[in-house]
Amino acid sequence: MRFLERIGTGVIQGLAYVGGLTIQFAEGLRTAPRVLPVTGRRGRWYAAIREMALIGVDALGIIALVSVCIGFILAMQIGSELRRWGALQYVMDTVAIGFTREIGPLLTALVVSGRSGSAFSAEIGTMVVTNEIDALRTMAIDPIEFVLTPKYLAAIIVIPCLSVASNAFGILSGWVFMYIETKINLSMYLDYVYNSIDMRDIFSGLAKSLIFATIIVQVGCREGFRVKGGPDAVGRSTTSAVVRSTFLVILADAFFTAIFYLVRKD
Amino acid sequence: MAEAVISVDSLSVEYGTKRVLDHVSLDIERGEIMVLLGGSGSGKSTLLRHIIGLERPTSGTVRILGTDINRCSPKELKSIRRRMGVAFQEAALFNSMSVEENFSLPVHELTDLADPVIEIMTHMKLAAVGLGESLQQMPQELSGGMKKRAAVARATALDPEILLFDEPSAGLDPIVAAGLDQDILLLKRIFNMTIVVVTHEMASAFNIADRIAMLYQGSLITIATKDEFRKSTHPRIRQFLDRQPDPIGANTAAMHRLEELAGLTGAGV
Repeated sequence: MRFLERIGTGVIQGLAYVGGLTIQFAEGLRTAPRVLPVTGRRGRWYAAIREMALIGVDALGIIALVSVCIGFILAMQIGSELRRWGALQYVMDTVAIGFTREIGPLLTALVVSGRSGSAFSAEIGTMVVTNEIDALRTMAIDPIEFVLTPKYLAAIIVIPCLSVASNAFGILSGWVFMYIETKINLSMYLDYVYNSIDMRDIFSGLAKSLIFATIIVQVGCREGFRVKGGPDAVGRSTTSAVVRSTFLVILADAFFTAIFYLVRKD
Repeated sequence: MAEAVISVDSLSVEYGTKRVLDHVSLDIERGEIMVLLGGSGSGKSTLLRHIIGLERPTSGTVRILGTDINRCSPKELKSIRRRMGVAFQEAALFNSMSVEENFSLPVHELTDLADPVIEIMTHMKLAAVGLGESLQQMPQELSGGMKKRAAVARATALDPEILLFDEPSAGLDPIVAAGLDQDILLLKRIFNMTIVVVTHEMASAFNIADRIAMLYQGSLITIATKDEFRKSTHPRIRQFLDRQPDPIGANTAAMHRLEELAGLTGAGV
């Protein structure tokens, strides 16, 4: 009985959490026009640009490095099997499709979640602990509009861009493997890659990136806003932000991959 | 009778099973300085947070300028908050912004004033609280007193009708604290602001208060003028005024544990 109670409590808490995220997301969308250029306040859009640099530009190096490594590992692992069947050329298809549909967006999301999701949570959590969020509210400034929305707008712009960059680095590292193995030149390799992927692969990857960006920002900020207590609570919220956003990103990935699979099947 | 700018009626607040405020009722008139006194954990900061509308009470109402802040629309709440200024205990300055940016934030956000006008205003108002040389400094570079003055300047940036202070003198030396008291009196005299100050500093309370409200264990035990408060015979007020500690043994469980640790009772004996 106690076991069932625990499951029930867990389900209710999970639903409440997702409900809270949804409400926060809706609030963010409502305030988005006040952050956008032309319709919004100037300072807000500058804040979004600063966030783009923090989330995107600063993460490019690590994403490039990780993508090159994963691309090369993937090419080697698949290559070692396919060589036995005399089908080494399919490494190019696998790396290209694997990265555009799956690995690029997922890898980017995991890196950004670790770097920026935790930073969002720590930043907002500290603002809660030092009463800065209360100060905003007493100044009639909406904390969602002031803190969350610039981060969200920045993330939905730069995370898909980072995914594209990850795809490019991963696919290029596949060429390095193929060049070592078969001496194929870059233009032939790219030509092969171009023919093996279609627009649906690219769009499904970009659509996932947008969903991952939403999850990372909403979870990171939610964990920050929920902080109660002192600096130790900020530390816990940071850990929680990374764990929860990673879990939700993978869950969403599985769900949307299943949907895209069914769509392709038809 | 003067107009009540802040009206608290039978306000009760519970956190879980703990009752933090118990049917507190209080009217604060326009242009007066009301000091909320009380020991640690008496509920005075909680009362202030409910007056600001940062938390929802378990029961009772808080009316600011005639509007029930727990039942009004978000737009009405925003409009009320534009007419209030709050200086928090730890100043609550934005750590990522300079003193100048901290001050000008509400002006940029809530008015359509041109940037040069805001700049002049910022320089004048910060100079008035002695921070004219510290405009570009970050909050972490300021002393405790400077932070409090920056917080007061930010709270008064838009000349609010109501000003609320949470422990303005806490952690300050007597000279800086006396300077802040003077600033508060000046704001009242020049702008006829309604001011609420939460404190447990008696000297500061007697210096600035028109009336003093004292909370004890979540209940309001008196609202009195300074003279009435000084002459009060209420045992808790006398204890507070005479700086008398709680009688030893008031907390029997803690005393028993102390005795145990000292080896006077229990297993050690």
